[in-house]
Amino acid sequence: MKPELMKRMVKGPDGVEFEVEPLRDYFCEVPPTVMPAAYIKIVEDLFNWARAESIWILGFGTGCGAIEMRPLMTPRFDAYRYGVQWRPTPRQANLFIISGYLSTKTLKRAIRAYEQMQNPKYVIGLGSCTINGGMYWDSYNTIKRLDDYLPVDLYIAGCMPRPEALLAGFMDLKKIIRAGKGEGANQYAENFAWYKENQKRVIHDWDMPDYNW
Amino acid sequence: MTMRELYDRTKALFPLGELIEQRSGGNNDLVFVTVPAAHLRATILHLRDKEGFSHLVLLTAVDWLEEGQFQLTYLLNNRQQAYDLGLRVMISRDSATMESIHDVWPTAATYQRELREMFGIDFPGSPRIEEEFILEGWNDIPPYRRDFDTLKYAQEKFSERPGRKTHDPETHMRQQLYPDMSPTGK
Repeated sequence: MKPELMKRMVKGPDGVEFEVEPLRDYFCEVPPTVMPAAYIKIVEDLFNWARAESIWILGFGTGCGAIEMRPLMTPRFDAYRYGVQWRPTPRQANLFIISGYLSTKTLKRAIRAYEQMQNPKYVIGLGSCTINGGMYWDSYNTIKRLDDYLPVDLYIAGCMPRPEALLAGFMDLKKIIRAGKGEGANQYAENFAWYKENQKRVIHDWDMPDYNW
Repeated sequence: MTMRELYDRTKALFPLGELIEQRSGGNNDLVFVTVPAAHLRATILHLRDKEGFSHLVLLTAVDWLEEGQFQLTYLLNNRQQAYDLGLRVMISRDSATMESIHDVWPTAATYQRELREMFGIDFPGSPRIEEEFILEGWNDIPPYRRDFDTLKYAQEKFSERPGRKTHDPETHMRQQLYPDMSPTGK
């Protein structure tokens, strides 16, 4: 663990010594909880319709698949006409596209970004690397199954999938959300211990809190 | 000045190995030379200050597992003449250590950090050499060493999705194109 993350005594400018433990002081430790559906089905359906029509993507390209999103967000394929847009921060996004191979080092950042997103949130695995490792099946530093580490709602197969495939994927995701099956965040909360166990098995230097939002 | 003349001039001063010309034909602008590890610093200082090789293009390593040696390649560039000269240094694979040249070219420190992490070659005195470079929390032998089995490591560490099929391209295409032929192609 990095020295700046260790528990230590710090002397303030006024001469008072106090204890600092960055991993506990700066983060809320409460694990995620299952968010219940709205009290009546018609309201939940309305919510789901609204969620399906405003897919906001976290602009975090993890692998080479990120290159497919540039033509998608620019006039050639123009995903914005479907209510899909890219956001610069996890706080404003509800869809996380894992675009291609995910190294264990990026996985750590991806987990942090995913946990910082607001509920309800969805994950799309883009490209064959997220499904079974793809061409990185024998690599020492890329994961092979994304759904071991994050709850995946939809996979888009291909190496790489074209932007059209992504647009079709967005349409499928909309159907999933409208049907009330986009329950990834709740799955993550329910199986939190299992996800953490998997994550910690591949991330050897775990220098962050278990749940950081 | 040709590379041959440069080689003859430098060989009079340093115990260089044989000249390996990488590009045959008229434009002979990439050559490699072996240097003993003890003479590397003197050689690169001479080449930098007297012969105009002002730029370190790259520093990389090759793992000669069978010979028990690492080959370090210092690729230098003479911008005026557009010449590239690679200096090859063979060092022992066991407890591999090499003199740092970060004071000659500061960029070498980055290459040396990479070599230490990926090949396990130590460069004592190089800045931030102890820090992790690309990998985080690596706890196996350095991954670019040839005795590191990346497939075995990946199988042990990452869970696989069942049902993955592998098609060796050669066998697969032969079966597609010539189904009558035996799998070995005879």
